[in-house]
Amino acid sequence: MLKHVLKTLARMSVTFSVIVTLVFFATRITGNPVDFVAGEGLTQEDRALLIRYYKLDAPILTQYTAFLGAFVDGQFGLSFMERRPVAEIVVERLWPSLQLLLSAMLVTLALAIPLGVAAAVWRKHWIGSAIMSVVFLGYAVPNFVLAILLILTFSYWLNWLPVVGNATPAHFIMPTIVLSGVLISALTRFTRNAMLDVLGQDFMRTARAKGLPETAVILRHGLGNAGITVLSVIGLQVAGLAAAGSVVVESIFAWPGIGELLVSSAIRRDYPVLQFGVIAVAAAVIVINAVVDLTYAWADPRLRREG
Amino acid sequence: MASLSDTPPPRQLPRFWLEADPTQKLAMVVGAILVLLAVLTPLIAPFDPNAQSLIARLRPPVWMERGQPGYLLGTDELGRDVLTRGLYGLRLTMMLAVLGATLGLLIGGTLGLLAGMLGGRTEALVMGAVDAQIAVPFTLIALFLLTVLGNSIEVMVIVLGLAGWEQYARIMRAEVRRLMRLPFIEAAHCAGAAPLWIATRHLLPNLVSPLVVQFTLSLSSIILLESTLSFLGLGVQPPTATLGAMVGIGRDYMPTAPWIVLVPALFILSVTFAVQILGDWLRDRADVRLRSR
Repeated sequence: MLKHVLKTLARMSVTFSVIVTLVFFATRITGNPVDFVAGEGLTQEDRALLIRYYKLDAPILTQYTAFLGAFVDGQFGLSFMERRPVAEIVVERLWPSLQLLLSAMLVTLALAIPLGVAAAVWRKHWIGSAIMSVVFLGYAVPNFVLAILLILTFSYWLNWLPVVGNATPAHFIMPTIVLSGVLISALTRFTRNAMLDVLGQDFMRTARAKGLPETAVILRHGLGNAGITVLSVIGLQVAGLAAAGSVVVESIFAWPGIGELLVSSAIRRDYPVLQFGVIAVAAAVIVINAVVDLTYAWADPRLRREG
Repeated sequence: MASLSDTPPPRQLPRFWLEADPTQKLAMVVGAILVLLAVLTPLIAPFDPNAQSLIARLRPPVWMERGQPGYLLGTDELGRDVLTRGLYGLRLTMMLAVLGATLGLLIGGTLGLLAGMLGGRTEALVMGAVDAQIAVPFTLIALFLLTVLGNSIEVMVIVLGLAGWEQYARIMRAEVRRLMRLPFIEAAHCAGAAPLWIATRHLLPNLVSPLVVQFTLSLSSIILLESTLSFLGLGVQPPTATLGAMVGIGRDYMPTAPWIVLVPALFILSVTFAVQILGDWLRDRADVRLRSR
């Protein structure tokens, strides 16, 4: 188990340094960041001042060390647009994003796992194929198209739901539906596959043979074992999908979260915010992956006993 | 044997058509129509995609009240023909998707081949990069790259190419490693074949089928990514017509002119549906055990 923890930590830090390095060098290969940030109409003196302020005249390795140093002292620079510390801006956006994510995750778990189990148990029945058709829709319909169709129907035609912001519980309905759409599709499919793998196993026959009711066989022995596989998927696939989905959903519904911040700072070229935001979200996804990976190792007795 | 059948059936439909189910047949027809539309766009589009008309702004489709003859599916806020722009957007989306998937195939395929053949440090390096790419949602990386590199068609192709390379690399490496253990490769080694010869003459012919399948599967995720980025205003810049941007800009006019959004949305839906169904169909036919995302 200790070996596994160390391995996971090592992999985490490698991935994280790859991202940080990529972000650092991507902004430098295109020339001086000052030029693309400040745009045209910059006087030579101002340009020189900015370059000195951001220490862009230093050797590239010195810059890189300074860039990494920010992760130690927490000084990630100022937003070009708001003249405030970047970290402060990002932290403000954390809570709304988390709220939306939690509500989407709750809906996803509540629907996807029962649907996945049902699709596996009744895979030859029309229920199973109906579920899988809906799952297919979730994959094929881009989330922004789904969002637009929902807004058109429920806000403009029926006038039932608000579109912009996160002021009331009613504001949560559409963003949650759109964000959980893709997640439900992914998780249902994986739950179904994991269940199908388990349903054919010998211990399922044993459980039935010893006279357990079918529900107990499927839920305790079936889902109990498939759950471990599903758990690993929640980390790897769902965290990534949720992060990518938040970017789209938050900017459509003007949700004051990190996803919206990333898109708006990308459009306004507020590069310190974007840089820190991308690294922060990437770090969050990497950490979630690692945590789920460790939970997975701990939940699976075969992995727990090793090393 | 020939005597068993007196006359061969005059026109036999190809087997893939006969074996497909109705949904797949529909997807093939829709896919063929979409490709045809995209290829023929400059010939069939009724207008110039950027031609504006001040007197014909925000006109609904012809069958509705106030519809203007000629503007079949209505006009947008600048009086541009929505059908024409939809067709050009479709053309651009398909072109970008094919170019992006090809770039991904070249990058990922080469790296995967090297990893599989050389093993050791190369393999560790490539697979480390693959892991990093999987761990971080690509939309973020795309957002960042488009901001830093600026958004032109060339940059978009590069971003889309980077979006799927890791899948090719994984498949390629796994397949190459499997093949390298087979006797015919060993025989080639013993016969003194150079690595490049083995790669091109012995490995690649065996890799075509899984790569073609992955190519088709990746098209739908690339189309999704491209239209999402243009929807967010980060794709190929206006006035160039892209389906995503049409939806993105048109959403401001949704209450009064929903056709501006619905036409490109319908195009996007038919493309993603057709491509996704065809990708799954091809995978099942090729019968490769691929782990889809």
